[in-house]
Amino acid sequence: MVDYWSLYSKKVIDHFQYPRNVGEIKNPSGVGRVGSPVCGDIMELQIKVEKKRIKGKTEKIITDAKFRTFGCGAAIATSSMITEMVKGKKINEALKISNKAVAEALDGLPAIKMHCSALAEDALKAAIDDYLRRESSRTKKNANYHEQRRTNE
Amino acid sequence: MRPILKRIYLDHNATTPLHPLVLKAMLPYLERDFGNPSSLHRFGRKVRASMDEAREKVASLIGAKSEEIIFTSSGTESNNLALKGIVEANRKRGNHIITSSIEHPAVLNVCKYLSQHGCRVTYLPVDRYGLINSEDVRKAITKKTILVSIMHANNEMGTIQPLREIGRIIKEANSKRPNRVYFHTDAVQSVEKIKVNVNKLKVDLLSLSGHKLYGPKGIGALYIRKGVRISSLLQGGEHEYNLRAGTENIPGIIGLGKACKIASRERIKEEKKLLKLSERLYQGIREKIPDIRLNGHPKKRLPGTLNISFESVEGEALLLALDLEGIAVSIGSACTSGSPEPSHVLLALGLSYEEAYTSLRFSLGRENTKEEINYVIQILPSIVKRIRGISAIGRKK
Repeated sequence: MVDYWSLYSKKVIDHFQYPRNVGEIKNPSGVGRVGSPVCGDIMELQIKVEKKRIKGKTEKIITDAKFRTFGCGAAIATSSMITEMVKGKKINEALKISNKAVAEALDGLPAIKMHCSALAEDALKAAIDDYLRRESSRTKKNANYHEQRRTNE
Repeated sequence: MRPILKRIYLDHNATTPLHPLVLKAMLPYLERDFGNPSSLHRFGRKVRASMDEAREKVASLIGAKSEEIIFTSSGTESNNLALKGIVEANRKRGNHIITSSIEHPAVLNVCKYLSQHGCRVTYLPVDRYGLINSEDVRKAITKKTILVSIMHANNEMGTIQPLREIGRIIKEANSKRPNRVYFHTDAVQSVEKIKVNVNKLKVDLLSLSGHKLYGPKGIGALYIRKGVRISSLLQGGEHEYNLRAGTENIPGIIGLGKACKIASRERIKEEKKLLKLSERLYQGIREKIPDIRLNGHPKKRLPGTLNISFESVEGEALLLALDLEGIAVSIGSACTSGSPEPSHVLLALGLSYEEAYTSLRFSLGRENTKEEINYVIQILPSIVKRIRGISAIGRKK
């Protein structure tokens, strides 16, 4: 249905008026902050990643996501939508979420607002990158620790 | 879908509704009185007489003579005619234009165009209230200067420029030089809202627009003081004293005339009312919402314009939230909404990008009531609080 503001779909308006998953996660596994005051949009996305055994394999699953956004209605709606979309997803699945998919999940965005969904995608990638970086430095630390113990012995 | 309960229009600097009496005055010219004012028969003569009356009404509002008014299609065309027309007619005398950094795009982009076509343009800075220092005008004038174009009141924040002082400085400079420096003002936002008199302001050219003063869209006017050397943009018939070819937009002209007539009669009363309403709105916002700032000059401002920054609240998000409540406001100037750049006006004031993106413009008008303003004051705090709760910048959560 065409809204009285036909610029946005009903879903965009809904996610703007009642955004899901606003805020921060206690001890997040990864944080992505993208955008800048100069471009007028800033998004911060936090994720919680937990390792779970699925069919005998260890999978990294995003169990929670939260956001804070300084930006227009479309920026807020896309942030809200992407936090909904990533929950329960494996890391490698989440990395495949494109800005187009976010826009489609919102029943479309006006052309001039597509950059908002790109920002949401960037924020998610940045959060996952952050998580992977933390992971690898932790593994390295662990490796160093074991290395150290071996030498001491 | 939730029905819209309210319809509160606070965006009069973008456009105004047509005054009912203006519509009434225009209707015969869309029906029975369709003649071409250039025709010699009675169909034409009737319309010619009405057009002359309308011209007289426009002139009277700004203290001009009837033959000094040229009808155009818009404020934008008036500005184009003023700037390009002066440059074209005075090429041999110079090529330097002085303007301000906070002009409307209808002046700024004409200057940009002219600077790519042989002109040199000086853009004067403004202070943190958006005021030009008139001494800067004196310093900027060179032998090559042919035109100074400074807006009367700014569309985004309402700051009113010291045109009298600037006019005096130009007059003084002109007394000591062979070639006159012409003084143009874009008064699209100020006519009808405050007193505008071409002789008091000492301007040679003045642009105004119909739809900003409860007249129709598609009509504007340019005041050109007698004796000013100016060329036409259009080649064609001998309409508008050879300065604007094309059969006249008669319904528009009649509408503009009527709107000016109403403005002459009711301006003082309306100005007081607007000032009271916008003061009520500002005080209400100030009392109920922390961390806000008024942009523009606190006093030297259009009576109905309020430009306010709400810390850490992105303006467009706030605009959308208010729109969903039936309240219409704007961010920056409506013409630039949709482009990713923040307002050049607010940046010129020295605001940071962040501050510029958090600004919202309320521009009040004739049909607004105390009840409407009370309603806005009532619902705005919770909306601002909600958006601040989502924001990634500013206040500690």
